[in-house]
Amino acid sequence: MHEVIIAGIGQTEVGEHWDISLRELAFYALEAARNDAGGLRPQALYVGNMLSAALSHQSHLATLLADFAGLQGIEAITVEAAGASGGAALRQGYLAVASGAVDVALVLGVEKMSEQTVFNVEAAAATGLDVDYEAEHGLTLTAQAALLMQRYLHEFSPTAGAFAGFPVTAHANGAGNKYAMFQKAIKPETYLRAGFVSEPLNMFDVAPNADGAAALVLTRPDLLPADFGHVPVRIIGSAVATDTLALHDRPDPLVFHAARLSIERACAQAGIKPEDVNLFELYDAFSVYAALTLEAAGLAGRGEGWKWAENGALSLQGKLPISTMGGLKARGNPGGATGVYQALEATQQLRGQAGPNQIPEASLALVQCLGGPASTAVSHVLTNRPAA
Amino acid sequence: MDIPRHWRLKKQRYALVGEVCGHCEAKVFPPRDICPECGEEAKTLYQFSGKGEVYSYTTVYEAPAGFEESAPYTIAMVKLAEGPLVTAQLTDLETREVKVGMPVEMVTRKLRNATDERGMLVYGYKFRPVVG
Amino acid sequence: MTEQGKLLTSTQAVGIVGYGAYVPRYRLPASEVARVWTEGTAGLPIVEKSVPGQDEDVATMSVEAARNAMKRAGIDPKDLRAVWIGSESHPYAVKPTSTIVAEAIGAVPNTQAADWEFACKAGTEAMVAAMGLVGSGMARYAMAIGMDTAQGRPGDALEYTAGAGGAAFVIGGADESLAVIEATYSYVTDTPDFWRREGQKYPEHGHRFTGEPAYFHHITSAAEAVMQATDTKPEDYQYAVFHQPNTKFPQRAGQMLGFKPEQIETGLLVPMIGNTYSGAAIIGLTAILDVAQPGDRILLTSFGSGAGSDSMVLRVTEQLAERRDRATKTREYIDRRTQIDYAQYVRMRGKLTMK
Repeated sequence: MHEVIIAGIGQTEVGEHWDISLRELAFYALEAARNDAGGLRPQALYVGNMLSAALSHQSHLATLLADFAGLQGIEAITVEAAGASGGAALRQGYLAVASGAVDVALVLGVEKMSEQTVFNVEAAAATGLDVDYEAEHGLTLTAQAALLMQRYLHEFSPTAGAFAGFPVTAHANGAGNKYAMFQKAIKPETYLRAGFVSEPLNMFDVAPNADGAAALVLTRPDLLPADFGHVPVRIIGSAVATDTLALHDRPDPLVFHAARLSIERACAQAGIKPEDVNLFELYDAFSVYAALTLEAAGLAGRGEGWKWAENGALSLQGKLPISTMGGLKARGNPGGATGVYQALEATQQLRGQAGPNQIPEASLALVQCLGGPASTAVSHVLTNRPAA
Repeated sequence: MDIPRHWRLKKQRYALVGEVCGHCEAKVFPPRDICPECGEEAKTLYQFSGKGEVYSYTTVYEAPAGFEESAPYTIAMVKLAEGPLVTAQLTDLETREVKVGMPVEMVTRKLRNATDERGMLVYGYKFRPVVG
Repeated sequence: MTEQGKLLTSTQAVGIVGYGAYVPRYRLPASEVARVWTEGTAGLPIVEKSVPGQDEDVATMSVEAARNAMKRAGIDPKDLRAVWIGSESHPYAVKPTSTIVAEAIGAVPNTQAADWEFACKAGTEAMVAAMGLVGSGMARYAMAIGMDTAQGRPGDALEYTAGAGGAAFVIGGADESLAVIEATYSYVTDTPDFWRREGQKYPEHGHRFTGEPAYFHHITSAAEAVMQATDTKPEDYQYAVFHQPNTKFPQRAGQMLGFKPEQIETGLLVPMIGNTYSGAAIIGLTAILDVAQPGDRILLTSFGSGAGSDSMVLRVTEQLAERRDRATKTREYIDRRTQIDYAQYVRMRGKLTMK
């Protein structure tokens, strides 16, 4: 296996891009990443996207995007794993470069949510659940997260507002990210006053769907341009794990088993433990996901993940910074692009390019994105430490 | 129209017909042919009693496309008396407050209110507070 | 022709092996309809009517009544040779309700399945057909259901009463019946008192013409004929139940035939659930079976507009007592009630214009 370097990063602002099409959104991120990488010629494009067929009526997406970017002729495929699509595309790019089959790979995450009403987006996203036994009964991803949170409250009886720390942290960090959808901090009282979306889930427990595109250029260290101007960030762990697609098929729905497996595998490959990392870009599409992810990572006991959200432990200055550029909650959740944004933001931290959100001397990052309630979990470990 | 899909699922949908594992006697719903308990083949049909209790629940106010006329509706994970968890709507609730652990029973209802007056009707299981 | 010769007589004695009712939980007080349409000045034909939930229709309601009937019968659904449903509010104009119900109760595939229509007597029509199928020896058991989610045009007299509910019966041999059907008679003429043309949502009716020449003439003719043929008098019956489109009609029909109010009241459900059309007379029968004693004789007379009546003489057997507690009783369904207002009713019944 070859060393894999993230040589270039590019992103668009996350939000509602009424005047920018799916292909343009992708193109802007690809161009930015290629420019950042200093002119490496890509041989392959791996696109993470979850809903273009449903929301934009466009399938065969990777070929369109390669075409629109003037890259006709290269290998291009779309990777779909619901909310984990971006992470899964990164995994494919990583494998291609690590294997030596591809010298330079582009990894792109792109999603265009604003083409449809929220009702259509919810229905389309619900196709990532078990359609016959969940979605057909009216379940949505949001309602499913509410079921998890309700059960979590029932079993573990955390304090009122126990989950407030997750969105409060995310919004505080979003304030320092000019690409974030929400760049305004919120107070815990704001969380406690918020209206319910699906009880007990309130509007701050739910990350907003958004448009966005983010891209990475992956290559081997020996292929970096001589004038490469960034700290090289290496991918030293990469793993995908799956669980039952339907939440009701799990022996204990409050255990994110795939999240645990993928972290264990990625960390084992990297030769680290989850507690060694300087930041954790976790998948906070819903605040209960964040709590369950911390438990899955072994950083908290069962039913105790919410305790991390107290006393600023997850803030940029805390013991384990999460969602350092706003996370899904404040940066926004552009579906299949999210996993690429997460890796991009971790790269910013490891390069020292995170601006006001910079974590001093960050050298090791864990990045994880989830498809559904960790039905698919993709984890990567990134570092700026030189290879031994 | 999805006619074949709904047609194939009618036994599960109308009457909670699942499977029983011939090796470890585990009851399986939804049917998946491989026993989740012991990993052996489980293909014998099994009629569930329809009795269970609420494992978790929530209410959907802003329904996804296709469920607009049903909103608001309460959806739950129900722990069936025979063991499996199943996702389904709760119905006939009205003023009754739902609680985790509340006993419920299966009823066969329209799964969504047909906004398309020309389309086929899809029936399936929901659960309600036990009557009588 | 002798009086007995007019009866519908099977070669083998038959009866009811299992019965089940269903009433949805929502109730619209008649005063709500009066409030909206007459500023409260109209006389009220009933107290309140049952209204189906948004996820209910004749198929789902029939499934529940059929399941109740099967619980009481305690038979294997594979032994049913017919699943027949009488209704004037089948969810599909073309496609049987009965196959949905047969599938749901596990009676497929070796069975007859059909939907019956004869205004409000489609339920007893299905029962009589089931008696023929079993009584001839063609089938050991047959399921007959009468169920409706009737609608009246907003503001029409029918809107006060058009309710939802009905009953299901497993018909089988007399020896295993909880109530033996001792005699059956049907009386029909062409009398257009009430109808709904193809493609129309709401029915039309002849106002006062629905009374004397239609309801009363057919009910009393049928009931008198079956009593004459069986040489019985009103005092030989513990209970009588007639089609119940409102509170007054069945009370007056009973009076005309010589029945006392206490013989009528157990089966008189219309004040609490409204007129359940194909289910109206037979759900009254289920309420009677919930309390009747061995040896009790029951007179059941349906009425369907257009017009006709089926009249049956039933006698309760020793087997009723242990079977009736196996399923939810009719009164339990009636007591399970959530009152709604006219606005909720309009939404639930699809009367809001969304396009």
